[in-house]
Amino acid sequence: MSSDGIRKISVNALARVEGEGSLHVRLSGGRVEIAEFSIFEPPRFFEKFIRGREVREVPDLVARICGICPVAYQMTGCLALERALGIGTTAGIELLRRLLSCGEWIQSHALHIHLLHAPDFLGHESGITLAKVAPELVERGLRLKAIGNRIMEVVGGRAVHPINVAVGGFHKAPAVADLQGLLPDLEWAAAAAEEVVREVSRFDFPDFARGYESVSLRHPDDYPMNQGRIVSSGGLDIDATDYESHFEERQVAWSTALQSVMLPEAKPYLVGPLARFNLCYDQLPPRARAAAEAARIAWPMTNPFQSIIARAIEIVAACEEAIRIVRVARAAISPCRIPFELREAEGSHATEAPRGLIYHRYRIGADGLVAFGTIVPPTSQNQGQIEADLRDMLPGITGLDDAALTQRCEHMIRNYDPCISCATHFLALTVERS
Amino acid sequence: MPAASAPPRLAVFKFASCDGCQLQLLDAAGLLEIAERVQIVHFLEATSRIEPGPYDIGLVEGSISTPHDAERIREVRRQCRFLITIGACATSGGIQALRNWGRLDEFIGAVYASKPYVDSLATSTAIADHVPVDFELRGCPIDTGQLVELITALLLGRKPRVPAHSVCVECKARGTVCVAVAKGVPCLGPVTQAGCHAICPAHDRECFGCFGPAEAANLVSLTGFYERRGTPADSLLRLVRGINGYAPAFRAAGDELEAAGRGDP
Repeated sequence: MSSDGIRKISVNALARVEGEGSLHVRLSGGRVEIAEFSIFEPPRFFEKFIRGREVREVPDLVARICGICPVAYQMTGCLALERALGIGTTAGIELLRRLLSCGEWIQSHALHIHLLHAPDFLGHESGITLAKVAPELVERGLRLKAIGNRIMEVVGGRAVHPINVAVGGFHKAPAVADLQGLLPDLEWAAAAAEEVVREVSRFDFPDFARGYESVSLRHPDDYPMNQGRIVSSGGLDIDATDYESHFEERQVAWSTALQSVMLPEAKPYLVGPLARFNLCYDQLPPRARAAAEAARIAWPMTNPFQSIIARAIEIVAACEEAIRIVRVARAAISPCRIPFELREAEGSHATEAPRGLIYHRYRIGADGLVAFGTIVPPTSQNQGQIEADLRDMLPGITGLDDAALTQRCEHMIRNYDPCISCATHFLALTVERS
Repeated sequence: MPAASAPPRLAVFKFASCDGCQLQLLDAAGLLEIAERVQIVHFLEATSRIEPGPYDIGLVEGSISTPHDAERIREVRRQCRFLITIGACATSGGIQALRNWGRLDEFIGAVYASKPYVDSLATSTAIADHVPVDFELRGCPIDTGQLVELITALLLGRKPRVPAHSVCVECKARGTVCVAVAKGVPCLGPVTQAGCHAICPAHDRECFGCFGPAEAANLVSLTGFYERRGTPADSLLRLVRGINGYAPAFRAAGDELEAAGRGDP
């Protein structure tokens, strides 16, 4: 508290998030005057440089938006282009794609739970220091992550920026022996993930109930990954083709990421594991659902700090799904790639990245090259909701000292597992109190 | 760097990038192994511990693409005894260096509705274009094994064993049939540095240059060969102008294809 009664806190780097951003908060008495979550990750202009590129290059290019969830970009890009060109793939190709997505969910969620988020609950600066007092916990997380990576290597050819994904399917069908070889690790991973659900559901959660407008895909048969309609807790039910009529990206002065709002009210909304869990609970595969029930998880979950539980449940689900897919893979898929002819066309698609809904739209020109692309990542959709959470949480915690208040704000932001590299398409924290 | 009494202090810095190379550090094979041998004192993606410099080893991910980052890298250089760039962005400007052939206002207009809030340089360039760099680790992403080898070599004070030969050598070593010869696919393997284990040809597809130009790469000979064999020049231009398109050898080849009036950027 300065002599004139104004209290200012500045934290110049928010850690344990992917990318670079900052938070600016100004408190006047108990009133929150400003709560801006800003992203100063340098813009990389993907939507521009995909123009004039070949359709077949798109999966290799858009992967580079994010090293943590490249598959989500590849899947959405491929499926949007396939819709544009009327390419129908096979059930075998779609199952392998789902297996690849399972791998990405497992590694991304395992990383976030064990190395980035658990330290907040257990009072540690990192997974590295946590590993000194709870080595079994961190080693389990790293092994889960390694198993997710292994799936991505077998199906995608590489864990970060897979090279086997193609418009129309895969460059090469993975060997059945390699797929079968995943089974022992996956059985271990499913059991380990059930243990993760038990452990994280016993964490101490700050009281904070929210009435979110949750948005996710929903599929008639499966827990959503690459297919389904876009639904919301408020009753929205649309095809991805209509996404831009219901959601809008807006530019704000404090961020190089665009922020999305839901129309017509222009309100913030929630995407990600918590939104999926709440909208698609009935579709969780049996072990994931049993793990949720055994841990006495209230449904729907309205506390964002509990998103770590949703993430853990989704690891169980992804392991179960991966096991199911691997078990039915008795022969290498053939064909592994559906050939296609280029023509002038437009198409859009949405999938579920580990961090939530992701939307792409492309227009292919008469020359067969990409003429236009638009990409909406999960974190720019959650950015408005993160700010709303901070604004609503802050009045209740002004009694905390500066260090604790800052920590709580950072913890809140990490509840979202924000991927800032994606959203620009880092985090520094400034708190001013008066 | 001979072994000293206290473990060396390691810092990781991020510029414009996708986080994928840092993520290689967080892998089971990498993180705990490295954390045993060095003190990780600045690594925002992994830890809230943020200690000021100086640092013994600085790993830099990402390219320089904003006025602020062009200043920040100078300070990072001042704080680091050994500065190592990790990945294609830091080493050649990365995929976002594709802007270097365009007009920035067109790029901003393609993504953002209005311009005033975006502070961006017209180019995305390698770290070595701004400050002296002690070692460059290639790849999009880097290979975790190469990273562990590099840190081990630094700690032991020996030269890191990182190959400078081409992807072709890796294809031969793993017994992959040449996609350029057998399938007629234009492949960058002959001119691209090894390190990826030649995964693309092993998946029946062309190498697209993730590890950047190999030592003494003869691009003109290769693109000329593909062109005579029937690949359109504009397609070749896109091939060399990719992940490492602004690396000097790839850049020269792309510019030459374009200047010959054969390209259609």
